Amino acid sequence: MRILVVGGGMGGTIFANHLARRIHGELKTGKARITMLSATHEHVYQPGWLYVAMGRATPDELVREQQSLLEPGIDFHVDPVEEFHLAENHVKCKSGKVHEYDLIVISTGSRPLPENIPGLKENSVDCYSAERAVQFYDRLSQFKGGRIVITVGLPHKCPMIPLEVTFAMYDFIKDRGLLDKTEFYYTYPIGRVHSLENVAKWAAPEFDAKGIKYETLFNMKEVDGKNACVRSEEGGEVKFDLLVGVPPHKGQEVIEKNGLGENGWIPTNRHSLHMEGEHGKNVIVLGDTTNLPISKAGSTAHFEAETAAENVAAVVKMGHPVKSYDGKVFCFIEAGKDRATYAMFNYQNPPQPKAPTGAVHAFKMAYNKLYWATARGLL
Amino acid sequence: MAERTVDARGSFCPGPLMELIANMKSMQVGDTLELLSTDAGSAADVPEWVKKVGHEMVDTQQDSEGTWHIKVRKAK
Repeated sequence: MRILVVGGGMGGTIFANHLARRIHGELKTGKARITMLSATHEHVYQPGWLYVAMGRATPDELVREQQSLLEPGIDFHVDPVEEFHLAENHVKCKSGKVHEYDLIVISTGSRPLPENIPGLKENSVDCYSAERAVQFYDRLSQFKGGRIVITVGLPHKCPMIPLEVTFAMYDFIKDRGLLDKTEFYYTYPIGRVHSLENVAKWAAPEFDAKGIKYETLFNMKEVDGKNACVRSEEGGEVKFDLLVGVPPHKGQEVIEKNGLGENGWIPTNRHSLHMEGEHGKNVIVLGDTTNLPISKAGSTAHFEAETAAENVAAVVKMGHPVKSYDGKVFCFIEAGKDRATYAMFNYQNPPQPKAPTGAVHAFKMAYNKLYWATARGLL
Repeated sequence: MAERTVDARGSFCPGPLMELIANMKSMQVGDTLELLSTDAGSAADVPEWVKKVGHEMVDTQQDSEGTWHIKVRKAK
């Protein structure tokens, strides 16, 4: 069986490594083959950009050579796919090379598009790329007081980041003795401070205790740099001295261009993870690329990838899949520089976050290093 | 005018309302969206947001399996 993995991010890498170990024998005898195509030779641990923005990590710490993360049996090429020919079971790459497959896994991720909100990119900071995270730190470290506004575009990757960045900045400002000169103003698209009800129930009192003000039902419409204010679809207007803007996201352009899904999100079966529609039988979609109504987060890609790898290995060995994805997501929630909690949930069960502790934060810091074992499919 | 369905059953995060808001951005004025939700809160929080932003509620029903079917029209 020729298995083609498109995308060398968290979903594609975890899938390929898990699968390679499960079908080690079949790879050796040539009964199965795994090929991975990626747009880059680097693999980035994106959750680390939050720490870059706070001056607690540098971008290079978060990068590894993709080839070094892959099991030896995986055939890796830096050659992004430009054309998907799903009816004919092949793709065409930028180089012009055509790859045929029996099964394709699409895990191309998402991209932040701050430019989709007028004025956002040039008047805000965020931690959705290494470059933007460094700029964030520069702006934050030069901040001498005033109003810091946090605002959120939809849909966006990493649902915890609005809370995490707010708590992290609070401690950053506190450590610099600027709390009495700083006002934090948090805005959020729906009628509570986080999408997860139980997380919102925990976070709102934390905000109250810290004097962090918040406005809900606030969906940013435009940022007016001249007057230093952000306006909402709902008619609100908030002035800022420093704007932290979580940008809206889309899937990759190549997905849209090939007509695989509106806005780059591919319609996906929530349990089998197969693409919906006529040609979906041998197409698996992972991570941010799906249109599933669950978190766009590395954790989602991780658990989907494990399920998919187990299923594909079973298909190779027995002819049929064995697992159904249950919607599992596990997200750490950094509640400042030295405390954290977490949210674990699936399609059936909402999370029940506990009070943040130093121990969970320590584990999160350890996980930031252990991630490379996760990518290798070991953890 | 186009119609679309967003199946947000079992969605805790981002949740039905966030799914609805994100989808509305891709729609044209006059298009309708049917949101499927198993979250009882959707029957209240969707109309609250729709009213505040100035769109139009078309219909809200709960089927025999407990799923809410909430129809919204983009008005601006």
